Amino acid sequence: MSARIAIAAAWICALAAMVFLLSPLLVIAAASFSPTPVFDLPLGGASLRWYARIGALDGFWPALSLSLQIALLSTALSLVLGTLAAIALARGAVPGAQAIAAALVAPLMMPGLVLGIALLQYFRAIGFNATWSALLVAHVVVTLPYVARTMIAGMARFDFTLMEAARMLGCTYPQAVRRVMIPALAPSFLVASLFSFLASFDNYPVSIFLTDVRAKTLPIKMLQYIDEAPDPTLAALSTLILLATIVLLMASDRMFGLHRMAGTGD
Amino acid sequence: MTEVVVPAPAPVGTVDRERLRGLAFLAPALLFLLIAFVTPLVLLLGVSVAGPRGLSLDAYAKLLGADYYLRVIWNSLRLALLTTIFALAIGYPGAFALARARGLLRSVLLSSLFLPLAASVIVKAFAWTILLRSDGIVNRILLATGLVAAPIRMIFTETALIVGSVNIFLPFMILPIYAVVTQLDPRLSEAAATLGAPPVAAFLRVTAPLTVPGVIAGVALVFSLSVSAYVVPTLLIGERYPTLASTIAKAYLLAREPVFGAAAGVVLLAIALTVVTLSGSLAGREAGR
Repeated sequence: MSARIAIAAAWICALAAMVFLLSPLLVIAAASFSPTPVFDLPLGGASLRWYARIGALDGFWPALSLSLQIALLSTALSLVLGTLAAIALARGAVPGAQAIAAALVAPLMMPGLVLGIALLQYFRAIGFNATWSALLVAHVVVTLPYVARTMIAGMARFDFTLMEAARMLGCTYPQAVRRVMIPALAPSFLVASLFSFLASFDNYPVSIFLTDVRAKTLPIKMLQYIDEAPDPTLAALSTLILLATIVLLMASDRMFGLHRMAGTGD
Repeated sequence: MTEVVVPAPAPVGTVDRERLRGLAFLAPALLFLLIAFVTPLVLLLGVSVAGPRGLSLDAYAKLLGADYYLRVIWNSLRLALLTTIFALAIGYPGAFALARARGLLRSVLLSSLFLPLAASVIVKAFAWTILLRSDGIVNRILLATGLVAAPIRMIFTETALIVGSVNIFLPFMILPIYAVVTQLDPRLSEAAATLGAPPVAAFLRVTAPLTVPGVIAGVALVFSLSVSAYVVPTLLIGERYPTLASTIAKAYLLAREPVFGAAAGVVLLAIALTVVTLSGSLAGREAGR
């Protein structure tokens, strides 16, 4: 009897959590069709005018472009650094592999703001004041742990005798990587890229210390819009970003299944 | 979370070449972290004890000596504690239900975890400001159902802060617990039942102890994320609830007090590291049992 109550309670918790987790997303989507500027639910009549106004937001396009550049490039760099390191660790040929693996993932536990001010101090101290490059370096620090964690877990399950087989069949090492390892580890690469891209694209606490008036990333711009003039244009923009994310997630789910991502991701 | 499986060493013979390649493959990542992560942190530590004439602990004295800043530290800890407790209370049973779900229901539940995780923190916090306004949706539902007579003030209160914070960090509690629960061998609780244990005792003495590693991971993750949260308090409560994070941001972005900001940063880092180390050693003890 008490067991049945406990199971029922667990289900209620799960369903309540689902509604709770999804409610902000649903609200944003609903508010983006608001007929008036005060976030009314579109009960009377939906309006698409806020979507038309996204492009007119002050400084929107440069911010979007900067965020995309930094997210794509930092993900690419992290993939290279993280994958190479994961191969080395999986082969077990280096001393202190456990400690190195922990060190690679360490920045994940770092409060973002602390990393932000540490990098700000550092770049000032060495006289490095190129905003774009500073942002890129900072975002590689932010994204590398996500990639390293996923790739180390993926490589640990990869059968390296396949690589040896490929090389015996005449492949060079880079060819074996391209034709055997990358296809076999495609799910890991995909999950690592997704986590890394989203971590960079959404980053606020590190970027805020490294951007200047001329170059702002999208999250910084968005918080500024919310501060200055919160109107449904922001909800429309958020909804579009959300839609893009859903498309991305559904495409990866189609290919590999979300429940597998649960195992390798977090 | 930071635990990583590393397989046994390769057979002897190829070891030398493998080791050379291993070092060459590791070097870029490690060098990068040394230059762009370790050095800046060491420098931050240095800045935090920099005085006009040599070393000085003035910034720390200001931070740990004034009632106002002790409150600020307490605010950060309180936010993290409350977020962790509520996330655990909802997330623990939720993770069990998720692990038992099959088919479409499981897909829907998993999507409801991943989708918010992939959505921007700013977007979610902004949504809560819309939801919790006095003329917002939550108040309209409360009014319509007759639960309250007049709109309740929620936005810019601690309630709003905790609701938003739990909402944003809950997936980080559920996922590690879910990962552990799916690994549980169902035969264990069956064995306990066969041996005559009533279901509650079987859960408390067999199942629950096995989920402890997941709970430790979830608690450490949610605590360290929420103790340093910046966007959520800024949007949902603002100036009324100064935290270590907002103090750091203010010191650098407005007040131009890098030494004080650095000291606040070191304190925040110390709190986060303590939680991570503590959970690491707890998890280690758990694994050693």
